[in-house]
Amino acid sequence: MKRRIFNFPVCMRTPLQVALIGITALAGTLAAQTNMTAAESHGEQNADFAKAEIHVLPVQGNIYMVVGDGANITLQAGKQGEVLVNTGFDKMSAKLIAAIKKYSDRPLQYIINTNSYPDSTSGNDLVKDAGTTITGANVTNDIKDSRDGAQILAQENVLIRMSAPTGQKSPTPDGAWPTDTFLGNEKPLFFNGESIRIIHQPSALTDGDSIVYFRRSDVISAGDLFNTDGYPVIDFAKGGSIEGTVLALTNIVNLAIVEHEEEGGTLVIPGHGHLCDQAEVVEYRDMVAIVRDRIKAMIKDGMTLEQVKAAKPTLDYDPLYGHNSYWTPDMFIEEAYKSLKKS
Amino acid sequence: MIQLFIARASSGIALAALLASGLAVARPAAAQMDFSGNWGTIIAEDFPERIPGPELGDYLGLPITAANRLRADSWSPSRLTMPEQQCRVHVSPYIYRGPTNLRIWEEKDPETQALVAIHNYSQTYEQNRTIWMDGRPHPPDYAMHTWMGFSTGKWEGEILTVYTTHIKTGWIRRNGLIESDRATLTEHFIRHGDILTHVSIVTDPGYLTEPLIKSQDFRVNTRYEGNWLYPCESVEEVVGRQPGQVPNFLPGKNPFLKEYLTNHPMVPEQATRGGAETMYPEYRLKLKAMEAKTATTAKK
Repeated sequence: MKRRIFNFPVCMRTPLQVALIGITALAGTLAAQTNMTAAESHGEQNADFAKAEIHVLPVQGNIYMVVGDGANITLQAGKQGEVLVNTGFDKMSAKLIAAIKKYSDRPLQYIINTNSYPDSTSGNDLVKDAGTTITGANVTNDIKDSRDGAQILAQENVLIRMSAPTGQKSPTPDGAWPTDTFLGNEKPLFFNGESIRIIHQPSALTDGDSIVYFRRSDVISAGDLFNTDGYPVIDFAKGGSIEGTVLALTNIVNLAIVEHEEEGGTLVIPGHGHLCDQAEVVEYRDMVAIVRDRIKAMIKDGMTLEQVKAAKPTLDYDPLYGHNSYWTPDMFIEEAYKSLKKS
Repeated sequence: MIQLFIARASSGIALAALLASGLAVARPAAAQMDFSGNWGTIIAEDFPERIPGPELGDYLGLPITAANRLRADSWSPSRLTMPEQQCRVHVSPYIYRGPTNLRIWEEKDPETQALVAIHNYSQTYEQNRTIWMDGRPHPPDYAMHTWMGFSTGKWEGEILTVYTTHIKTGWIRRNGLIESDRATLTEHFIRHGDILTHVSIVTDPGYLTEPLIKSQDFRVNTRYEGNWLYPCESVEEVVGRQPGQVPNFLPGKNPFLKEYLTNHPMVPEQATRGGAETMYPEYRLKLKAMEAKTATTAKK
């Protein structure tokens, strides 16, 4: 029935038909947004947080992988305090705060967000409040709350995606927004005796992705750019592209140095899944690149999105990455198709 | 190749008999076999696959899924020119197939002399592997995966049975067929005098429809001969490759898949595509029926 309405030429539509088209289109948009939000949060709504536990896995050096119910969080802990890369789901924040407390005598000082997705940022507001900001100089003494809460660092576009212009409704509460953003390729930081590189990956999953490299510990926190249990959640509408995702994964491969026979050395914490080294990122990068090449060739052959989906260009990787109801192979193909069609 | 296929099927039967004989004479758990020493590989079994290497498009006798088949069809050997691929290790289910020297030794608790672990060192890729014998559990899913995986062992009479998880993605055949990082491995180490038989059983629901069983033999090496090192340094072999470029063939566009058929014209194309049924002797009957049908069609 809906399709029939769309088949009317515009000049022949009655006001009722126009209204129905509007409602149908709005419903479609909302459905798409709901799907994307569910995907961005990696199926948060399906998780049972009451039963979920936090596990802390020592990685190497100052770094720990904090495993919640799905999303991985990176913890750097030392004499100066703590740094978290992402904060996971807000429903897990209390458990997260309790779990990380024992790794340093000093409080959390920095939260770094690798993108704007809810599974990375929804805990920002609560977790931030458990930390503090070290401030100084005359002016800060006059600002009552200047020391309250940890700083939240992210690439500028993360703030843009999480907030809204004055007068418009923000998609996330302002307490969760980054408090300190950067432009350009990289923001350096030195904390707990090691240099930390926050490196922007343009047009990857979105336009605001970063990876975080802890140089002394030799650990890369990859955020959602790299998962061992699902396809990359590319959001074309937020500036993401499959081409940029391949390049970002290649950057991680190039940044990592193996210890012996393609194993060990630099370790990589994925957004979801198990602790890895370079080899698994290579596997994942190769998969995304191969799927990209297939979709690109299909577009060149004039195939529509539906035809591309029907051709199943991810079939050989679906046993590994295609089992998530919140981010299906078709959803991944669609975002990849849109980004390649545009380029 | 038909002969090879028959040989594979019959070696499976022989293997079952070997396992049965080992288990039939099973002794109490205290009666353990000592595998310690240096071992040299005997590479007669499945020689064409193990030493010259498998041909592209030969999936015969492997219980692969459609996903694994497509993965291999798309695989380009040029991927091995990428620096990050050059020193890739053969994973634990596969490494015993290679021309490797193998050293096995025991680790005992100094206080009780209880067996804590059995260590393996494979010369190929210089891989050290620990088989824990102290009853410790396997790590959680989120722990790191390695080329050799995490192994625990137990005695079944004189057979050492080992269970391994947390293995990285690797080969089941060196022409693009894979086992994924979800695969698990069960092994049996069986000693008959100076001969060690190693049996591997891989399960991988996404890429194998049935467990994949292989065996390989080693002979004890008392003269400590052979090469024990495998230094590997990756280099840039293809200059000018663009970032993010990964050699692969688009589905249906791999020009080398027919090479195996060309070199072995007696093998029907359908058989080369593999699948569980091509593992079993009954498949020969199906092949004969197919041949008869082809001949009848040709006559008409």
